[in-house]
Amino acid sequence: MEAGAARLKPAGRRDTLSRRSPAARRADGVFRGGLTALAGLVLVLLAFFFVFLVVKARPALAHQGVLSFVTSNDWNPSKDVFGAWPLLAGTLITSATALVIGVPVAVATALFITEISPPRLRQPLTILVELLAAVPSVVYGLWGVFVLIPKLRGTEQSFSDTLHFLPFIGGNVAGPNYFIAGLLLAIMILPIVSAISREVIATVPAEHKEAALAVGATRWEMIRIAVLPYSRSGITGAALLGLGRAVGETIAVVLVIGNSPVVGKQLFDQGYSLAAVIANEFGEAANDPLHAGALIAAGLLLFILTLAINGVARGLVIRAEGRQGTRLPPPAVTAAALNDPEAATS
Amino acid sequence: MSTPSSAATLLAPVSGRRRTTDLIMRGLLGLGTVIALIPLVLVIYYLFSRGLKGIGSGFFTTDPTGNFLGDPGGVKSAIIGTLEIVGLASVIAIPLGIGVALYLVEFGKKTVFAQIVRYLVDVMTGVPSIVFGLFVYITLVTTKFGGASFTGYKGSFALALLMLPVVTRSAEVVLGLVPEALREAALALGVPRWKVTLKIVLPTALPGLITGSLLAVARGMGETAPLLFTAATVNGTTYNLGQRMNSLPAQIYADISQPNNDIVNRAWAAALTLVVLILVITLIARVAARRSRVS
Repeated sequence: MEAGAARLKPAGRRDTLSRRSPAARRADGVFRGGLTALAGLVLVLLAFFFVFLVVKARPALAHQGVLSFVTSNDWNPSKDVFGAWPLLAGTLITSATALVIGVPVAVATALFITEISPPRLRQPLTILVELLAAVPSVVYGLWGVFVLIPKLRGTEQSFSDTLHFLPFIGGNVAGPNYFIAGLLLAIMILPIVSAISREVIATVPAEHKEAALAVGATRWEMIRIAVLPYSRSGITGAALLGLGRAVGETIAVVLVIGNSPVVGKQLFDQGYSLAAVIANEFGEAANDPLHAGALIAAGLLLFILTLAINGVARGLVIRAEGRQGTRLPPPAVTAAALNDPEAATS
Repeated sequence: MSTPSSAATLLAPVSGRRRTTDLIMRGLLGLGTVIALIPLVLVIYYLFSRGLKGIGSGFFTTDPTGNFLGDPGGVKSAIIGTLEIVGLASVIAIPLGIGVALYLVEFGKKTVFAQIVRYLVDVMTGVPSIVFGLFVYITLVTTKFGGASFTGYKGSFALALLMLPVVTRSAEVVLGLVPEALREAALALGVPRWKVTLKIVLPTALPGLITGSLLAVARGMGETAPLLFTAATVNGTTYNLGQRMNSLPAQIYADISQPNNDIVNRAWAAALTLVVLILVITLIARVAARRSRVS
């Protein structure tokens, strides 16, 4: 603050109130107008893109029928049949797998860092977990293809054989499959879910926690009765933001899901996803407007899906944070946290 | 946070069962943290053990040859492409993003229009990167905007769309932290609003703005999906953003599916290069954050 104030030069005569010329006032108006126009540009761009997506997707949707596009289980571009259910199912299966694996680990990490770890370890652990977000998705894909798929195959097969009585498990394990994709997604959503959970947990009033400890609660009991109930909706929001990320992830998934347009019978079968189909088929679709339209429709579906998920998630997180009267910064800022987790939430 | 453990001892001692539960749950939470860090360790281990093997002579100085047999070549064109595409994307996204944030903090505040913009920026942070690629693909690539279909600068547009909300949201937080008293003091001296914003608010928030922008750059640098649709891949080096342009993520993606060990090794080496680039930028961002004057 001092440093900022030091930059404040004594006002020159031109800047005094009495000397304020119409030109100066006009400069203010222009400045304000320019910035407002920039903000308006965001609005216009998004609206423009949305309309363009709908227009370009329309021929394919009209050809297939909107309902049939979403529910029909037959994706066969060479025959101009575009039932995107296998893709949607793949997106849902892999994202659900990612949530089941990723969210408990992320929340455990957040709780450990905020409530249990020695204060000295907090910052290093936070940075390490957030480093996971610095690895590009294509690198996770590379790692998945050449490390996870070959190394996990045996384990997956014995898991599948032992637990074959469970629904959606059992049978032969394919190399690339839903589970591998889900596992990669779990790793990729972990830093976001963990960061936002940490922010939400940080808003639990110290009085609540101290009250629990004061009546003799152990550390875990304090977490169970004071921290978790208070931050439940915020953590749900964090998980949903992770879901939004998982649903839209493309490159890591396209490399390890197998890209076969069928609904797999089990978790270790090959499949496809909405994002993967766009990345994989847009090249061959370049000269086939109908096929390209179907891919754009898949993109539109993805867009709407993520909008809905993120809308609900933001609502939950903002409400959880709102009790503290602050708005949650995006994961990227949390990553820096302006290098000070307190700064973002205080 | 203090632990009033002495208070607990005044009360009845904690029963053995509760103590065990506490220990087990603490252990589980710690275990979760360890599990979270396993993939990081593994990815870094494989990046170095396989990536260093792929960095041979000519890795940084030659272009991919495109041959399936024999010498696959290096990744010179991909490194130059990534730097140029991300550079242009930053030049577009950072001023635009900070401008929008300035509007929201300095002028828009709680007006309906500002709330709508704020909401849309939130929405944009959640849009999958492939959808941004698709936006640019259908508006600029398929329409052969500017004469060519795939070009480097269209890749920059896609990345800029992706980076814009990240820059705006981080900038909004940082600008909001600039003390109101600083603005009021300047305004009271009769300094016009635009000068207050440019000469007082921006310099005060500068380190934070740099941090947010660099993190957005790091994010854009690792993106593959938007570039596949817009800048495509080529072997040769070009400095011209008006042509098809190679990039590290796109090169890695193309190399993964090649049934040739040398090419796969090049993918690992390129991945190591990309991760190191991103980490360097992230590191600079953290150093900038440390110099932050507002907190």
